[in-house]
Amino acid sequence: MIVTLTLNGEERSATVAGWESLLTVLRDNLALPGSKNACEQGECGSCSVILDGENVNSCLVMIGDCEAAAITTVEGIAVEGELHPIQEAILEEGGVQCGFCTPGFVVTAAHLFAGDPRPNEAAIREAFSGNICRCTGYGALLRAFDALAEDGS
Amino acid sequence: MHFVDARDLAVALDAKAEQPEAEFLAGGTDLMVEVNLSHHRPEGVIAVRRCEELLEQDSRRIGAAVTWARLERSPHRALAQLARTIGSPQIRAAGTMGGNVATASPAGDGLPWIAAVDAEIEVVSRDRGRRIIPWSDFFVGVKDTTLALDEIITAVVLPEQMPVSQEFAKVGQRNAMVIATVNCVVVRGDDGFRVALGSVAPVPIRAGRAEQMINAETSISEAVLEEFARLVAEEVRPISDHRSTEAYRRHASGVLASRLVQRCLSA
Amino acid sequence: MTTKERVADRIGESTTRPDGVAKLTGNFAYGSDLWMDGMLFGATVRSPYAHARLLKLDITPAVLMSGVRAVLTQDDVPGVPGFGQVEQDQPVLCDGTARYWGEPVAIVAADDAETARAAVAAIVVEWEPLTPVTDMDAASAVGEVFRDMVIRRGDADAAGSVVIEAEYETAIQDQAPLGPEAGLAIPDGDGGLDLYVTSQWVHIDHAQIIASLDLEPDDVRCHPVGIGGAFGAREDISLHIHVAMLALRTGRPVRMVYDRTESFAGHVKRHPARMRYRHEADDDGRLVKVTVDLVLDGGAYAHTSAAVLANAAFFTVGPYNCDNVFVDASVSRTNNPPAGAMRGFGAVQVCFAYESQMDLLAKELGIHPLEVRRRNALAPGDPMATSGQIVEGSLPTLRVMQELETIPMPDASIPDDPSLLPGGTGLTTRKQDVVRGVGYALGLKNLAFSEAFDDFSEVRLVLTPAGLEIHTAAIEVGQGLVTICQQIARSVLGIERIAWVPADTSQIGSAGSTSASRQTQMTGGAVYEAAVGLRTQILERYDGDELTNDGVYRAGELVASLAEITGEQWVRYRHPPTEEPDEFGQGNPHAGFVVAAHRAVVDVDPELGLVRVVQVDTVQDVGKALNPQAIVGQLEGGIAQGVGFAIMEELILKDGVILNPTFTDYLIPTLLDVPDVRSRVIEEPAHWGPFGAKGIGESPTISSTPAVVAAIRAATGKPLTRVPVRPQDIVGV
Repeated sequence: MIVTLTLNGEERSATVAGWESLLTVLRDNLALPGSKNACEQGECGSCSVILDGENVNSCLVMIGDCEAAAITTVEGIAVEGELHPIQEAILEEGGVQCGFCTPGFVVTAAHLFAGDPRPNEAAIREAFSGNICRCTGYGALLRAFDALAEDGS
Repeated sequence: MHFVDARDLAVALDAKAEQPEAEFLAGGTDLMVEVNLSHHRPEGVIAVRRCEELLEQDSRRIGAAVTWARLERSPHRALAQLARTIGSPQIRAAGTMGGNVATASPAGDGLPWIAAVDAEIEVVSRDRGRRIIPWSDFFVGVKDTTLALDEIITAVVLPEQMPVSQEFAKVGQRNAMVIATVNCVVVRGDDGFRVALGSVAPVPIRAGRAEQMINAETSISEAVLEEFARLVAEEVRPISDHRSTEAYRRHASGVLASRLVQRCLSA
Repeated sequence: MTTKERVADRIGESTTRPDGVAKLTGNFAYGSDLWMDGMLFGATVRSPYAHARLLKLDITPAVLMSGVRAVLTQDDVPGVPGFGQVEQDQPVLCDGTARYWGEPVAIVAADDAETARAAVAAIVVEWEPLTPVTDMDAASAVGEVFRDMVIRRGDADAAGSVVIEAEYETAIQDQAPLGPEAGLAIPDGDGGLDLYVTSQWVHIDHAQIIASLDLEPDDVRCHPVGIGGAFGAREDISLHIHVAMLALRTGRPVRMVYDRTESFAGHVKRHPARMRYRHEADDDGRLVKVTVDLVLDGGAYAHTSAAVLANAAFFTVGPYNCDNVFVDASVSRTNNPPAGAMRGFGAVQVCFAYESQMDLLAKELGIHPLEVRRRNALAPGDPMATSGQIVEGSLPTLRVMQELETIPMPDASIPDDPSLLPGGTGLTTRKQDVVRGVGYALGLKNLAFSEAFDDFSEVRLVLTPAGLEIHTAAIEVGQGLVTICQQIARSVLGIERIAWVPADTSQIGSAGSTSASRQTQMTGGAVYEAAVGLRTQILERYDGDELTNDGVYRAGELVASLAEITGEQWVRYRHPPTEEPDEFGQGNPHAGFVVAAHRAVVDVDPELGLVRVVQVDTVQDVGKALNPQAIVGQLEGGIAQGVGFAIMEELILKDGVILNPTFTDYLIPTLLDVPDVRSRVIEEPAHWGPFGAKGIGESPTISSTPAVVAAIRAATGKPLTRVPVRPQDIVGV
């Protein structure tokens, strides 16, 4: 089947079997490998994308169900080569190490701050509880998000 | 693979009648794990994520495609509490009440609440019409229900009188994204306390003897709670597996139930 | 006279990562992102049993499938039939007997991933299940060991007035790096190939790969690729030889990427351990004698088990003095998953045991846990309790404790927000159900490789008009090696533009493994030495007295601008030599030591056995803080893994089969599980390495686990002799 969707603001089509995950199609058919495959069962958040306004694990989205959907991936967060403030904040605080979880954190943060520019720390912790980071212990990420929430813009 | 994007119930029912082996897809949080990890390849899929009738919610019904993210804001206190513990924010944005019911995992976090409030499951077939099935007749074994091949789960139907006092708790070894070792709902209505537990039997269960015992008491003393906890621990039928042991699950069942009774009383 | 510009991002500064932007925008290429048009997809048939005889392996149904390009078995291995860093005892593919669950049996290359999976399913395999050996003690008892060793130091008849005896157990922790094993092999049309594979040490891979492929060193080039975390999991071979065999057979590029379950099956793990300890001390708590019987489970194949055992044995007493030490140690051969390197490398298991013993000793004597540690603290000039090696350089054991006590404790009140209590949003626990506990632990680790291993790192610095290039095969796994090396070079040369050029195995010698807390000192040391050499060379050439980002100055005048200067310096850097210990474990096996201290504060719901780790504070011996922010990242990340091992991380086996090889059931701490961390560093320069810096990759994990468990004990009074601590262990059911 052919699926047509709006991907990072651009209309894209792909020929797919239908049962594949959105993640697989993004990575293998649409040349967007930024969303990472680390568990394929919704237990790590490395493949987080924004689908019709919701932050979801793209590994658990069936591509057949994406017709006419609007999707934002990590590749769609920075605009025209300029890092998004969320990306700037993570970089500044040292929130990137191996970086495999980073795309998921960036997308989840974009979703969180779009809905609530000033989340408190408890809300931040809960919002990222579906994003596993194996390297940093989350400290630098938390400091980055606290700083963004403080700033509020 | 035949894929149907069912934006309304009639389309979904037609598709199911025409291809009974087709599988329903709502949030994908169970089906896609099968696809990804077990390499399950469905012959047909009927997507209901955007099926209008299944997204409706009112005081008597929770549409099958209502997501946990929406239920986190449910007026039913224990339902809102349990919704917040399901998977992660990403899972809750996709996963649905109907999916939880259909998968019928022994650990399904929504199921003890359905059992505690005595909800019913509404299912529809194009050719055979609608059935309303009491929860206790619906769940029959590990991931096994009485849903027929031509039917779709449309809603969880709530009783007219919902207990206002209701509390949920769930034990897991991690504070997010964890499958329940034990989950428990206690409600307090006009008929007294009702106690339901999950992850401690093939299906969600009610601790009937413990309910009887505590409802026969006029005041809830420490000793009553202790005996109540003992009865709950005795009534559950847990197994030992890689997530916990039978003994711990029994123990935790009693502790959770007794703490939830206290929470109901102080609420 | 020109204005001299001082270039920023030198050592001591928290400069940002050069790969940060690519990683934040999704543009950084990891092994699993490798892609080549026309490539084939590899897949693996695995043993469903931990121990079984292969009765029948019929690949015909797969061979006949359309789109399948190769199906290979052990018979197709051209060279040495096995691999392994030390002993080549693991067959490349099943040799007729499967010795652990998930052991590769056959490999497939096909036009697409779906066909490759279908081919795997089509291969007919019949097994005769055999009884698996799953008990490390039973295996050790009958001599099924990869190595056994003893330490005999001092007087066997020595006796103390206070005796503490207990048995400890640690379960299997998995590195669980988020990036899966992945590789792309590209045939060169000349019988050789280029291999891009997730690795911590491409040269050790290379040696094993060419042996099994029966090729010359120049025929195979192993290239570093983007790594999504490692923690030891990538120090041993996984799919390397498989993907290369498929590429050579088909003559086409082949990619293999493991899924999560394959990843759990496909890499070595932390050794589970059983440790019987007897500490004897005098009335003041000074250690008189330590007697230890130590067994590690090495699983089915050797890998680095021998070295892990040595580490466990040599660090069996910790950072403490004791004149009489008797250790019997062995690492068993079983049908459990092969074990190997994981952050801490043997020092983690014994640290849990010796720190638990020190706590019991303090309790017995009625003194503070830190006091008993102070009375026994190992210092420079002291002999190591086990080997007798005199501690050279810095070892601020007392200072890490002192500093730890100055870190403020968290607010003493139990939080009101139920999501911050044990059980979190599961709402299991009310404020009144919570008891708080505090625990302490110290950990000791060796720096770099030990026991006479010829440990070196090779670096080539090339100065071109575009800037400086650092050529190395050292692997950045996320820890910040690239950043640190650039800072070192900048500090020595004063040059701003520095590029990291990953070199393949044909272009440069080994940099050694990114493990053993060694790269900051080893590759960092090589960069330092090369930079100093390059600077000298350039200054001599222009008879200058200062090199800056502008060029060479002589008496304040610019005599050569940077754009016109070229130069090259090639260095093979070694740390001070180490020795093979004697038959009683005596000698100088180590190149240096690093110490750390942790304090954990936990809230426990004793009735349900649930724990929330509130805060873990740490003081780390760093030698010199080259990049303070990167250090904090290691300290916090290491603590998260230590906390994970203390309360949730465990691979569970039944008959050798892993029951939880997914992220659903192998639990890694989330943001709702990790503690607040307050960290400090002690800067006492090391006796070797760049600017006196010490490697700190492992210490943060080693003693955080026992500190958390000590805190749970303090809250509950339970003995808790096993990690991870499970709810049922606290409840006692």
